[in-house]
Amino acid sequence: MTTEPTPMTGSEQGPSRTNAVMAWSRTRNGRVLGACLFGALVLALMTGPSGSAQHLTAGVRGSWLSTHVIGFLIFGVVLWLLIISGSRLRGRVQPVTEVIAGVRERALVSKPVIYAGYAVALLIAILVPPQLSVFWQQVLVSQIGIFVLLTIGLNVVVGFAGLLDLGYIAFYAIGAYTAAYFTGYPDSKPGHISPLPVHPPFHLNPFLVFPLAVIACIIAGVLLGTPTLRLRGDYLAIVTLGFGEIVRITINNSESVTNGPRGAFGIPHFSAFGYHWTLSLIPYWYLLLTVIVITLILFRQLENSRVGRAWTAIREDEVAAAATGIPTLKYKLMAFAIGASTSGLAGVIFASEIGFVAPDNFILINSLLVLVYVIFGGMGSLPGAVIGASFLIWLPNVLRDHVPPQDRFIYFGALLVVMMIFRPQGVIPSRRRARELGLAEAGVGGADALGGSEPGAA
Amino acid sequence: MCFTHSFWQLTISGLSDGMLYALIALGYTLVYGVLQLINFAHSEVFMSGGFGGLFVVQALVGSKTPHGASSVMLVLLGVIVGALVGGSIAFILERVAYRPLRRRNAPKLAFLISAIGASLFLVNIAGKQFGRLAIPMPDLYTNGNVFSVFGADVQTNFVVIAIAAAIMLVFLDRLVAQTRLGQGIRAVAQDADTASLMGVNIDRVISQTFVVGGLLGGAAGFLFGLVFNVQYNMGFTPGIKAFTAAVLGGIGNIRGAVLGGLVLGVVENLGVSCVQSAWRDVIAFGILVLVLLFRPTGILGERLGRSA
Repeated sequence: MTTEPTPMTGSEQGPSRTNAVMAWSRTRNGRVLGACLFGALVLALMTGPSGSAQHLTAGVRGSWLSTHVIGFLIFGVVLWLLIISGSRLRGRVQPVTEVIAGVRERALVSKPVIYAGYAVALLIAILVPPQLSVFWQQVLVSQIGIFVLLTIGLNVVVGFAGLLDLGYIAFYAIGAYTAAYFTGYPDSKPGHISPLPVHPPFHLNPFLVFPLAVIACIIAGVLLGTPTLRLRGDYLAIVTLGFGEIVRITINNSESVTNGPRGAFGIPHFSAFGYHWTLSLIPYWYLLLTVIVITLILFRQLENSRVGRAWTAIREDEVAAAATGIPTLKYKLMAFAIGASTSGLAGVIFASEIGFVAPDNFILINSLLVLVYVIFGGMGSLPGAVIGASFLIWLPNVLRDHVPPQDRFIYFGALLVVMMIFRPQGVIPSRRRARELGLAEAGVGGADALGGSEPGAA
Repeated sequence: MCFTHSFWQLTISGLSDGMLYALIALGYTLVYGVLQLINFAHSEVFMSGGFGGLFVVQALVGSKTPHGASSVMLVLLGVIVGALVGGSIAFILERVAYRPLRRRNAPKLAFLISAIGASLFLVNIAGKQFGRLAIPMPDLYTNGNVFSVFGADVQTNFVVIAIAAAIMLVFLDRLVAQTRLGQGIRAVAQDADTASLMGVNIDRVISQTFVVGGLLGGAAGFLFGLVFNVQYNMGFTPGIKAFTAAVLGGIGNIRGAVLGGLVLGVVENLGVSCVQSAWRDVIAFGILVLVLLFRPTGILGERLGRSA
């Protein structure tokens, strides 16, 4: 891509002041100032007063050139001054950053340090939640825990194998409704209810539903994957998106089987060896944590196995992978099925913990959110997936106290854009992926994990 | 068959939906042509056009429903303002959410996430500024039957949408086929690197492509608002359908997007007459899946950007 400034046309020539300003605005400093002021105005709009359907301009009119906006503009100018003097500042702090980078580099390759880090993280995950307030326990169990599991699963599909799946939440729905079906009681003794209008001739503990949900999701994944995985990246994305919507709408419309939009309610809690999970949250957290840790360990092994290497090969260049004898369709199906079954597990736990599932839990935006967590954390990186999901769920919840709840996604969206501009590789990228991106940035090879054509190439 | 008894009525409402899908789908397809990227935030360009038109129309229309020449002028003004707002939003979108990523040769998924982020941002900022309720557009004309075809009534809404869409589609077709900008778009779609060697300013062409797509999308937003309502999240479903239409016709292919939009609108409306209307989206996505399975490049094939 060319980045030279566009030459001025003849009519603009002449030593007028406007031209000097125009020319300056095309220099780097001018552009940065423009970006800073634009960002400041956007921030002012985001934090400014709200309008309403009756008075459409109330929000903007109320704040136009108020102290609020001027404050943000001053902030923008200060930011600009900081950035343009940044190169000088950077010279002074460089020794410090180099030391930090060196320590980080050494820590990342040293096995004991990594394992110690995992151990500390696990200890925190075990010891801290009981101290949290009920609100945060709720967030931790029914949002963070579930979505971390989903993110880890999608990470296999998108991060390891490079398949863009936008209908991922459908498998979560399949898992949840499998749980609702198989945990139904066939009889109508007191306390024995069936969450769905239909039920099997026997009742199962949710634990026993795990394998069934996995099987259901693998079947669904293979059914969807066999015809569609031959398609290229973008088409795969839209077909999976369509599949996700078809599953949700079908659940919504099949009143006689799924209760339709009212959803399935009264799904029983887990129980094992005489211990019964109840509405209390911490036992559910430990259950989730166990499942997450086991999944993480399994996927870690998978990543470094023959299968994982095949996925990497497919992700980086599918044609070359096929040419070296990798049965690409088989491995892609495998990634799809593994991702789907993880999603199904999350669905079972969610259904049983909340006791209620409805089609609204499975809307498209949830698929997109899980994908966002994967990319935000760092594609193909398991710690990244955990951190990405946790942080991005934590953020809107912490904003809940400070901004109106329906405005939270403004900040969320802005964060995503800013993140992609400044750090597209994610918070904790996998090393291989970071290197691919670095090379692509330097102009060597493509950064594309999706096997699509290069821009402009036929 | 279930749809035979009101076949023409259904076809007409299908064409009406289809033309709106086509106008939005062109935005997806143009951007895909030059960047090979799905612009997920295009549905918000559509929404912004709806609000832009609403503002003007609300400011100009009093309590009485206008008629005659003033109706025509108002619709025209609404379409133009809607298009301009859509175009500006698309321009800003390209500058903020796409260009910085393009500069660093970021992977496709980064663009996708950036677009999803921009989309969430725009939807919710609209919700914050304009409330979250559906806002009806003031009546610009009295909607009634204009004439009938094979016993099916054709309403004013249909005529307005059809005329507006037809003008814009012809305009776009000429633009791409004959102007210098059109040449640039086709050159970049064909081979961006070679085009830049030949002196095409890629950045400018891409920016202008976004604006052209935004103009069409914004105008479609206003037309959609005329028939239905304007709401902060109005872009979501038409956006996905239009994207489906673009893929259906062959993404990157301008005539394909129009054909895909019309086919999707008609088949959807005919199909809904056989099942309940709740299954409408399932029909649309079902068609998409089937087409992709048997003809993965869409009806007309992809990337005809070079010849159309």
